[in-house]
Amino acid sequence: MPLSLMEGNEAIAWGAVNAGCRFYAGYPITPATTIFNTMLKLLPPMGGICIQGEDEIASIGSCLGASMAGLKVMTATSGPGLSLYSEHISFAIGSEIPIVIVVVQRLGPSTGSATRGADGDIQFMRWGSSGGLPVIVLAPVDINDCFSLTMHAFNLAEEFRCPVFIASNKEIAMTKESIDMDAIPRPELKERAAPPPGKPFLPFEIGSDRMAPCFLPIGDEVLVRQTSSTHGPDGYITTDFDQIGKNQERLRKKIVSAVDSFSFCEAYMEDDADTLVITYGVTARAAKEAFMDQKGEGKPVSLLVLKTIWPVPEDLIKKKAKSFKHVVVVEMNLGQYVREIQRILPDKKIHFFGQMNGKLITPHQIKEAIANV
Amino acid sequence: MSNLLNKSRPLVFCPGCSHERIARILDKSFQNMGLNGNQIAMVSDIGCSGLFDTFFNTHAMHGLHGRALTYATGLKLARPELNVVVTMGDGGMGIGGAHILSACRRNLDLTLLVLNNFNFGMTGGQFSATTPPDAQVGSGFLNRIERPLDVCEVACSAGATYVTRCSAYRKDLEEEIERAIRHEGFSVLDIWGVCTGRYSKRNKLTPQVIDETLAKLPPREGIVENNDRDEYGRYYREVSESQKPTPPPAKIEKKFDPPESGRQEVIILGDAGQRIITAGDILCFAGLTAGLNVTQKNEYNITVLRGPSISELILSPEDIGFNGIDRPAAIVAIGQEGVDRRANLFEHLDKDALIILAKGVEVPPGNAKVHLIDFKKQGIKTHDRALASLSVLAKLNKVINPEMLQSALEARFKEPVLTSALGLVDRVDIA
Ligand code: SF4
Repeated sequence: MPLSLMEGNEAIAWGAVNAGCRFYAGYPITPATTIFNTMLKLLPPMGGICIQGEDEIASIGSCLGASMAGLKVMTATSGPGLSLYSEHISFAIGSEIPIVIVVVQRLGPSTGSATRGADGDIQFMRWGSSGGLPVIVLAPVDINDCFSLTMHAFNLAEEFRCPVFIASNKEIAMTKESIDMDAIPRPELKERAAPPPGKPFLPFEIGSDRMAPCFLPIGDEVLVRQTSSTHGPDGYITTDFDQIGKNQERLRKKIVSAVDSFSFCEAYMEDDADTLVITYGVTARAAKEAFMDQKGEGKPVSLLVLKTIWPVPEDLIKKKAKSFKHVVVVEMNLGQYVREIQRILPDKKIHFFGQMNGKLITPHQIKEAIANV
Repeated sequence: MSNLLNKSRPLVFCPGCSHERIARILDKSFQNMGLNGNQIAMVSDIGCSGLFDTFFNTHAMHGLHGRALTYATGLKLARPELNVVVTMGDGGMGIGGAHILSACRRNLDLTLLVLNNFNFGMTGGQFSATTPPDAQVGSGFLNRIERPLDVCEVACSAGATYVTRCSAYRKDLEEEIERAIRHEGFSVLDIWGVCTGRYSKRNKLTPQVIDETLAKLPPREGIVENNDRDEYGRYYREVSESQKPTPPPAKIEKKFDPPESGRQEVIILGDAGQRIITAGDILCFAGLTAGLNVTQKNEYNITVLRGPSISELILSPEDIGFNGIDRPAAIVAIGQEGVDRRANLFEHLDKDALIILAKGVEVPPGNAKVHLIDFKKQGIKTHDRALASLSVLAKLNKVINPEMLQSALEARFKEPVLTSALGLVDRVDIA
């Protein structure tokens, strides 16, 4: 198996084009810029479009337009740009516009440190838009995940008609790694569902067998309406409380109820352990080393690496954590996802180790956290 | 041609509002052009003008305040054959200023109708970017101490190829809108009108006053000669067609066995301009030629031509999990700024770790072996020292060997760089 050398960001771009992405718009920002650079090399020669927006708002806005015209779209940024994406994330949620949003996290708050890693935007991705409805967030651990989770992200965006985030980190994004792209399993590609023939098309009508509306692009034969306003099935503004309430609930449920079908994770379970380490993102690499060390030293622990972060894969976590007394949550921030673990495992002792100084959490630090249990 | 006004959604503007008039005229323009609803996308902004999309049987997209041009840009690039018409008030024009500038500069074939009625109608008549200083509006004295913006002047200086300032009551507005839509490029119509619900309650603004005011301003009518140029979408597609497809990254076959077993960590410490990152790349390629997994992390200042430059490499037959470096097998120390940035690394080094040290660079004391090289005496310039150091590693069979290095250079470089790199590597004297 011959190997290639590339950055996590490049692997995301290659994953995107392999998933059928044909429109990219972004604004330069460290550490996400090399996604833009790579898309600019890849897309135009294959008939796709890659543009540099005048700002982040315009970048994601033009993605939403192109997505409504039927293209698979992606944009990428880091914390300061994610702040500017907010209004359009809520548009994509409420109006069910498929889009993949890569957030290459860097140390915040605010402009923070452009070239230092962190996982400080994990709750921000979930809650940083008006209305508070759920989104899908996938977190890669290494370069292989950058490629394959990006492909999954496009499938999920198409299937559920929603924004899907890739929660990357400078430490994955700008690190070059050996990769065998041909050996990475690729999911079968999904496309947004076309409406059944023979009925007048209503842009937000929900068939009885569906959770997300069928899609026709703006620009084809049949007229399509899209609106950020609270709308009925016809895409016109509605004031009907009952209709509004039902639709909001559907928007929540279509994402939350489906999570078992996309709960990506790696689990390393040890029979004799009473402690489960839960982590995600680049920190999982240190956790795996700590896991091996603990095992070698005859003090085994189990390890659960979450790659689907939002919606919280609650069933998965409950199942994996069932036999453990202690759970140690490790993350590259001062305590964000641990709140979710506390919420869904109220009968376990939850311990936390976090660090937010621009440095990777080391296997040694994780072993110390385990020893302190 | 049939009327594209939506029969089930009658116009709902206040009596006397110019928006109503413009909606009907726009419909006439569409009819005159013989367009079907599915050949048009109406993109509307926020405010009373944001209702426009609902009144037409066309494709429609309505989003956030000031952002209509951003959606229109994505739509038009994806569907060049669509007629994309954007309606926006003076409010949307103000808040979306950056998007207007950019649309003017790009010259994508969009038509922007600014329905300029000098205030925020929907939210209660606050002042906008076009409210005159002497107007009585819902923002108290604030409009008196700011200066209104002339969107036509701005559009012209930003490069719009078609700009017209006119009254909503202009006789041939129907034809003028058609000309703007037909224009291949970005066109802006600054259409002055009356907001009877808010503005004209406290300010004297009638069609006649609009005409009188317009007459005092320099005319803006149609094509802007100085800005004439290619339409962005067409140009984009033309340039794209001539771009060569990007091949997938090079695949490197395993050809050699590495000189050492197990995980090997290397740190290259240098200064900006010493081609540290390139050397790191080459070391990774050398690892790939021995079938090893590799990772490379780089550190440099944002001002790329100054400060330290550092590359951290791991080569390993196993999967590389944690990629922080704690026990480097080798350190290449060829620049003082890089060494200083990682000064605390040295005291913890193993005693079988090797430091390739360029003469003239100072490293803190520690247990590691030091291999001192006088690059200057060998005539090796500062920007060649990183690659020369890899040659030293290879010749010492530390981490890599000469075959791996040669093969890496062949994979990484084309002629004539390859020959000179191979020459350099060959002539480095490790004594
Ligand atoms: S408030 Fe003004 S702009 Fe809005 S409909 Fe009434 S007159 Fe027209």
